[in-house]
Amino acid sequence: MAAIEMKNIVKQYGDGFPAVNDVSIDVEDGEFMILVGPSGCGKSTLLRMIVGLEDITSGDMVIGGKRVNDLAPRDRNLAMVFQNYALYPHLTVYENIAFPLRLAGASNEEVDKKVREASATLELDEHLDRKPGNLSGGQRQRVAMGRAIVRDAQAFLFDEPLSNLDAKLRGQMRTEISRLQRRLGITTVYVTHDQTEAMTLGDRVAVLKRGILQQLATPRELYTNPSNLFVAGFIGSPPMNFLPATVEGNTVKLPFGSVTIPGDMAKKAEGKGLLMAGIRPEHFEDAAVVDSAKKSSGSTFKATVDVVEWLGNEAYAYVPFEAPPEVQEQLLQLERDLDGESLRTQLVISLDGASRIKEGDEADIWVDGSKLHLFDPATGENLTVDASAAGTIPSDTATSDVAEQQDAVATPAEQEGTTGT
Amino acid sequence: MKQRLTPATIIGFIVILIWCLLPVAWILSLSFKSVAETTSGSPQFLPKSWTIQNYKDILNNGDFTDALRNSFGIAIIATLLSVIFAMFAAYAIARLDFKGKRLVLSLALAIAMFPVVSLISPLFDMWRTFHLFNTWPGLIIPYLTFTLPLAIWTLSAFFREIPWEMEQAAQVDGATSWQAFRKVIVPLAAPGVFTAAILTFFFAWNEYALAISLTSTTRSRTVPAQMSYFVGPDPFNPPYSLLATASVIVTIPVIIIVLLFQRRIVAGLTSGAVKG
Repeated sequence: MAAIEMKNIVKQYGDGFPAVNDVSIDVEDGEFMILVGPSGCGKSTLLRMIVGLEDITSGDMVIGGKRVNDLAPRDRNLAMVFQNYALYPHLTVYENIAFPLRLAGASNEEVDKKVREASATLELDEHLDRKPGNLSGGQRQRVAMGRAIVRDAQAFLFDEPLSNLDAKLRGQMRTEISRLQRRLGITTVYVTHDQTEAMTLGDRVAVLKRGILQQLATPRELYTNPSNLFVAGFIGSPPMNFLPATVEGNTVKLPFGSVTIPGDMAKKAEGKGLLMAGIRPEHFEDAAVVDSAKKSSGSTFKATVDVVEWLGNEAYAYVPFEAPPEVQEQLLQLERDLDGESLRTQLVISLDGASRIKEGDEADIWVDGSKLHLFDPATGENLTVDASAAGTIPSDTATSDVAEQQDAVATPAEQEGTTGT
Repeated sequence: MKQRLTPATIIGFIVILIWCLLPVAWILSLSFKSVAETTSGSPQFLPKSWTIQNYKDILNNGDFTDALRNSFGIAIIATLLSVIFAMFAAYAIARLDFKGKRLVLSLALAIAMFPVVSLISPLFDMWRTFHLFNTWPGLIIPYLTFTLPLAIWTLSAFFREIPWEMEQAAQVDGATSWQAFRKVIVPLAAPGVFTAAILTFFFAWNEYALAISLTSTTRSRTVPAQMSYFVGPDPFNPPYSLLATASVIVTIPVIIIVLLFQRRIVAGLTSGAVKG
């Protein structure tokens, strides 16, 4: 087990595509670190640089206090689970798990002992004599994990291990991976594009965009204190609402009405002109179900609800709104960055399951002004961030220069597809 | 869905089977006839009296057993070398990006298209100068030349099918490039390796033009060439039954090899490597 330090890691492909740009992440011993971002953000490339399948253009990769930039994958003693599992189809499950041990020249008794241990942990005992081709997706996934845990690797690396599983199995395997990691206490780096996996699994999460680190923080810090529009929009489901806003004194003017915010927040945003307000769906509520003590701490406004999705414990209400062109432009850009495709600017409100608001109603909506964030529409920077509880925010997270360079070479999706070949 | 066999299909099968197997049956039947019966001038399909004398004769014939030994030796060595060289070449072609990759591939194809006959006289002169005439290497080298292109093309197609991740996983698991190649890539490409091996073996086993021109004695003459010397005492009455027996004997290894390897040439061995 060992800590992994990435210092100013840069990856530039032969065609000039800057896949990873000056990323510094320190993974502590035993920590579960998540690399997350939309496709083409360089997260897989970064992982492959840790394991040694990709050359490092510049920067230092230090694993367990040793610089490993020039070491071959086999000399780094890391275990990796690939997205498509990469099991050896000509070997039985037993031999698949035993493969790293056999390469290391372990004796038969030792191989047998360790393989049985691993298979017991992963409940693969009855499948040991089968070939991977006869296993289900979840079982293959477990074999791939068995191959990783059987050796005393310095760290585990996961490259989107759950993306090939169906939704139900994905949830189960997620818990399984989390439990396994806690039990073994081994340093883990996990790549995913799924924010739910990032939030639930990680001790800390590194959010990447266009190969640039945006924020490195615990899931809670990311959620409550996003460094910029991108992180705010990426973390959370349904995503944070972004509304055009202007600040006057302690009130923020939104398309639906005014919201009072705490004085220190208002001060940070003073005199900035048109801003973007970010409010999470759950910080809205049907005014009818908010108790009066809480009600006074927020503001109430009227809005016409377009669509209601009732889920039992809660309901989502959708309220379309018009945004000025500069905000609209910024929101569209954000959607593109997040791999999304939104058709209209709308507010998503999470309502209590007890709420009686129906489609087409003009409802009284309550909003908690203290939970609001204000973003600079030009830079995307969060003006109201509480830096003491936001983990690490690199000094320069701007991606526009890199975006230009990347687009000059290829579209990110194409690039992602060719990294493996 | 399995298609049901209609009577028409069955009749079609039977016609094709007769068309293909009748000559084989005829040779088999000939091999069990006595020399007297084949020269009598009024042949019938089945032997009047079954005899295995032909087999005894041919296996006691020193020239034939020598030729059989040469055939086996030359074909097996040519196959082994061809498959090994082709594996390395095909792996490089499938995995590496180097200048002139297309040139190598098209050159290989061009060689395969070259008519064998046109090479015989220059080879004959060259081999005499190099003292390769009438030796095993003298046949193995040209056989390699003609079988390598096909083997390379077959194998590189198979290698290309194997996902990169297999190899990367092996490297992360602690394998050197060579170990990854030997323990993961080659076993996965086994169907391709066997296909290439069989094709090469058949070429070397059946080849006649080079075998007759580049050999002069039973030291290196192979069976197809040797059979043309089985003329018997009377040039107008060749010993058909002996020739048929020799043909049956040279066919047996081919059939055995096909039956043995048929199981190994199971496509879809890689299924289950990556997500299904």
